Amino acid sequence: MNGETDITGADGVPDPVTADLRLSVNGVPRPVTVDTRETLLDTLREHLGLTGAKKGCDHGQCGACTVLVDGRRALSCLTLTVTADDVEIVTVEGLADGDALHPLQAAFIENDALQCGYCTPGQLCSAAGALAEAADGWPSAVTPDLSAPPRLDETEIRERMSGNLCRCGAYPGIVAAVGQVAR
Amino acid sequence: MRPFTYERPADVRSAVAAAAGRPDAAYLGGGTNLVDLMRLGVATPRTLVDVTRISSRAIEETGGGLLIGAGVRNGDLAADPLVRRAQPLLARAVLEGASGQIRNMATVAGNLLQRTRCPYFQDVTKPCNKRLPGSGCPARTGDHRNLAILGHSEHCVATHPSDMAVALAALDALVHVEGPGGARTVPMPGLHRLPGDEPDRDTVLAPGELITAVEVPHLPFAARSRYRKVRDRASFAFAVVSVAAALDVAGGVVRDCRIALGGVAHAPWRAEAAEAALRGAAATPEEFARAADAELARSSPLPRNAFKAPLLRNVLVRTLTDLAEPAGFAESEPVETP
Amino acid sequence: MKTEARPSVGAALERVEGVEKVTGRARYAYENFPDELAYAVPVQATVARGTVLAADVDAVVRLPGVIAAVWHGNAPRLAPADNAELAVLQSDRVSYRGQYVAVVVAETLQCAREAARLLRIDYDAEPHDVELRADHPEMYRPDRVNAGYPADTELGDPDAALAAAPVLVDATYRTPAEHNNPMEPHATVAVWSGDGLTLHDSTQGVSALRETIAPLFGMPPENVRVISPHVGGGFGSKGAALPPVVLAALAAKHAGRPVKLAVTRQQMFAVTGYRTPTIQRVRLGADTGGRLTAIVHEAFEQSSRLREFAEQTTTPTRVMYAAPDRRTAHRLVRLDVPTPAWMRAPGEAPGMFALESAMDELAVACGIDPVELRIRNEPAAEPESGLPFSSRNLVACLREGARRFGWAGRDPTPAARTRGRMLVGTGVAASTYPVYRRPSRASARCDPDDRFTVRIAAADIGTGARTILTQVAADALRVTPDRVRVEVGDTALPAASLAGGSAGTASWGTAVVRACEALLEELDRRGGDVPAEGLEATADTAEEVGEQPEYARHAFGAQFAEVGVDLDTGEARVLRLLGVFAAGRIVNPVTARSQFVGGMTMGMSMALLEESVMDHEFGDYLNHDLAQYHVPTAMDLPDVQAYWIEEDDPHLNPLGAKGIGEIGIVGTAAAVANAVHHATGVRVRDLPIRLDKLVR
Repeated sequence: MNGETDITGADGVPDPVTADLRLSVNGVPRPVTVDTRETLLDTLREHLGLTGAKKGCDHGQCGACTVLVDGRRALSCLTLTVTADDVEIVTVEGLADGDALHPLQAAFIENDALQCGYCTPGQLCSAAGALAEAADGWPSAVTPDLSAPPRLDETEIRERMSGNLCRCGAYPGIVAAVGQVAR
Repeated sequence: MRPFTYERPADVRSAVAAAAGRPDAAYLGGGTNLVDLMRLGVATPRTLVDVTRISSRAIEETGGGLLIGAGVRNGDLAADPLVRRAQPLLARAVLEGASGQIRNMATVAGNLLQRTRCPYFQDVTKPCNKRLPGSGCPARTGDHRNLAILGHSEHCVATHPSDMAVALAALDALVHVEGPGGARTVPMPGLHRLPGDEPDRDTVLAPGELITAVEVPHLPFAARSRYRKVRDRASFAFAVVSVAAALDVAGGVVRDCRIALGGVAHAPWRAEAAEAALRGAAATPEEFARAADAELARSSPLPRNAFKAPLLRNVLVRTLTDLAEPAGFAESEPVETP
Repeated sequence: MKTEARPSVGAALERVEGVEKVTGRARYAYENFPDELAYAVPVQATVARGTVLAADVDAVVRLPGVIAAVWHGNAPRLAPADNAELAVLQSDRVSYRGQYVAVVVAETLQCAREAARLLRIDYDAEPHDVELRADHPEMYRPDRVNAGYPADTELGDPDAALAAAPVLVDATYRTPAEHNNPMEPHATVAVWSGDGLTLHDSTQGVSALRETIAPLFGMPPENVRVISPHVGGGFGSKGAALPPVVLAALAAKHAGRPVKLAVTRQQMFAVTGYRTPTIQRVRLGADTGGRLTAIVHEAFEQSSRLREFAEQTTTPTRVMYAAPDRRTAHRLVRLDVPTPAWMRAPGEAPGMFALESAMDELAVACGIDPVELRIRNEPAAEPESGLPFSSRNLVACLREGARRFGWAGRDPTPAARTRGRMLVGTGVAASTYPVYRRPSRASARCDPDDRFTVRIAAADIGTGARTILTQVAADALRVTPDRVRVEVGDTALPAASLAGGSAGTASWGTAVVRACEALLEELDRRGGDVPAEGLEATADTAEEVGEQPEYARHAFGAQFAEVGVDLDTGEARVLRLLGVFAAGRIVNPVTARSQFVGGMTMGMSMALLEESVMDHEFGDYLNHDLAQYHVPTAMDLPDVQAYWIEEDDPHLNPLGAKGIGEIGIVGTAAAVANAVHHATGVRVRDLPIRLDKLVR
């Protein structure tokens, strides 16, 4: 409970533990000193100036913090930064190729797949990861046949994107945008 | 979150040594539940022993089944061709759990060891016998809609949240463990405890024991299996109840079956009474209902989750009926859910 | 210099900040980094009622990285507030569980969170009362309800008319507490410099926030600047100032450092408002042909000890259907609960669930098609006020919706259709939402390069306001939209009304049109010459908005739902949802469709998913996160379609537009519940319709 720990006692409150790391974010080496308690999401947002990944729940329940880790989508709010020194991290800021938008980014605008925009970076990274998973033949809960490669129809896209909540209800646009790029 | 030191041992033996005799050390896998609980203040380890790089990520065929490394990510597990072919029930259960992102992070061992999502357990400002033994269980009189109807105690009505574990409990999986006292295997079900008067202990693992692999024995009728998850939201939600079932029917008679239930107990619940009632019985909806009733005879629903009994009965009968349909059913058939 | 351009209003202009949002460059409140920044983390009360006896702030300020710990014992004093919720850390009273009782400021977020976790606070707890009951002895009639409506209305003798009615529906409906849950949690970066305060805040109205915050800190409004270019959703919860923004400013003042404070998702269930639970009794009297003779709609609601917020739950019933004898009433009880506030379509959303469910029950009782029943009860003028409608196209929406949905030939028999292992049914309900307009100011500027800048302290919380104001300005200036830049979300811009009541387009659009007209006039006077320093004109619509002729102004709509209910499990899912709306002129079909669909999606969610569960023992909302409080995923609504009919209403504003941000959620839950009844024969009168109410 709040205040239940005796913080005046000798072993009550340990000092923060820090670690020096070299992250690789969007292809760029980023040396950082982090508190072991710090999540990748907070490191990106508070220390590396990469505020694209969003904090919607901080508990893995909304998907707004989704980034790509070694090409697979992952939740940066549940990733301790200290564990991420030997992986390649891509955030929404790393999706575009210079000024040329990633096809998913262009499709999101074209399909009005966003309103407030707060879930959008997570949706985009998640979509990029979902397309890679599908290309690798990964099934989903709605894949009818586990032994056949999945066909990315609308239901498949909906299920694969279900870890990314959008309170504005932009799902029809999101599903259309992902479908457009999948084809 | 309490400050902690972070260690990345070189191999399993050093990991076990690093955690041995340190009750405030915790193994870190995918972190999808542990980091969550640390942020809530429910878990306050002083040392994290990161085992992700030393846990096996291999899935191998052994003589008698599949050996799945403890560090295999849920996403990789469900996508693995061996698993999809030999143990479709397991693949299906994993795919029904959480979200794509979480499945990419969560490990097999971590999934088994995740803790209840009982709202009282997760709120450190409220009593909970699991979190703070002896403090009480407000869920019994409070909101227990999503909590246990089987095997609970006056001290705890929590449910185990895993989908994967329900399939593993049905499939007689063996959990390989390495600990300060050496290696051993723990059968599923049996890894997870019922709460009794020690609800703070989720499993039979001793302090410092580390899961290294899960072995899933070959099941001849594995293809005739189904994982049916019932939930309030159409996706990305914990089970209200779930059923993992595999059925071997010949000549209209149940030769053998495996049934486990999720969302109903402190552990993934192997439906032994239902299985016993079914073996040798006619493969008919009436017999399936009788089997379901045999299992539910052991239940003691609470006022706000009494609906789970008829719900479970219906789902069990439906799942078994679908599985029993002569030659009509193959795993590949789409599961009709609205 | 004038250029004729094709009208931009009505065109599908892409969201103008789309690129910023898809590249992660759009900057939200918490994403500001002033020098010397520190992190503030609030501490919440763990009792529902009582007093704070002590807070061991001295112990936590000795912890590593901690800069300050503030509670009422050492907090800077604020000027008295009209809204007692904003008297943050000003007294020892605890009025609800989760109320902010302290805040810790530290060098890092990790240190601040840990110190907040460890801060020991002692309470003198008192017994609490958190249970809404219609027969609660402390129920009272508020003077007025939200948006200034009278609490009660009555025409004729409804009791006698009900007693005499050949057909009577008398049913009680319940809606649970619901939390707005925008994806971006409320957040503030507060920076003091001298006696000025800058707030980067996630808000639906920078001007209103400034007017509220400045006097609390004893300052004139001009000493406060609020900046909020992008807002990650609000749905009402970022409309009025809330405790977190006050706490951030107070913590920054006490610590002598700029601080950033983000409300956690869990904390949002206590300190950022929610929709009150309601208990509603609806009585409809009708002849056997379904013509209403009497309507009585009574609502029972809750508010907190700190503030009276009385939701206007029965007000749509004053608008919807003709009947000579009628009554509406609101009763409120103050409990030891968090303060309810605005959530998308306050009043209309819960009220129309009850009324439109009751209408469906009446249709069943009379054996009349529910579309036809509504058409039969269409009023010639607004039923209670007698005012003419500026436009009312409910019937057209019902007919167009029925046509598009394929309603014709519907067999009304309940529980008569299956598809696979599902019972399938369809339902309909009407939607309505008032047309509001509020005074705003705007400026329009032309530079020598022939580019235009329109400035207004409006908010784009995802509605598309920035985009549609660009279109409105382009047309008013008679140029193409690419030559217009619209700046919003900053009190340095001309003051504007907040994003609420679906009034943004009407309010801000009027101001933008007038500013642009003034600029063109000025340009004309100068023969089209733009001076080197540019030319600017301003407008203030206070007078124009105050002089509106009296009309009943409302948007209407009709929603059709098809649901499937699993025969074995009772899992109900909406298979198809179709809405047709009459909301004046649609400025941008793309952003408008997203608004309608977003509202309908939230309405579907209200029907099937959302419920904040009050923990009676401890007095807080128990399921306070997004794993336990369900909002829809992409899987929950596979087919949602929004359409609108052309509506030319000359009595609204220069744009002829009604608001569209809220009407989409109104009536949806009833359409779904009515479809569930059609599918299963079970009438669920308490939301949400979860499987435990349907499994047999």
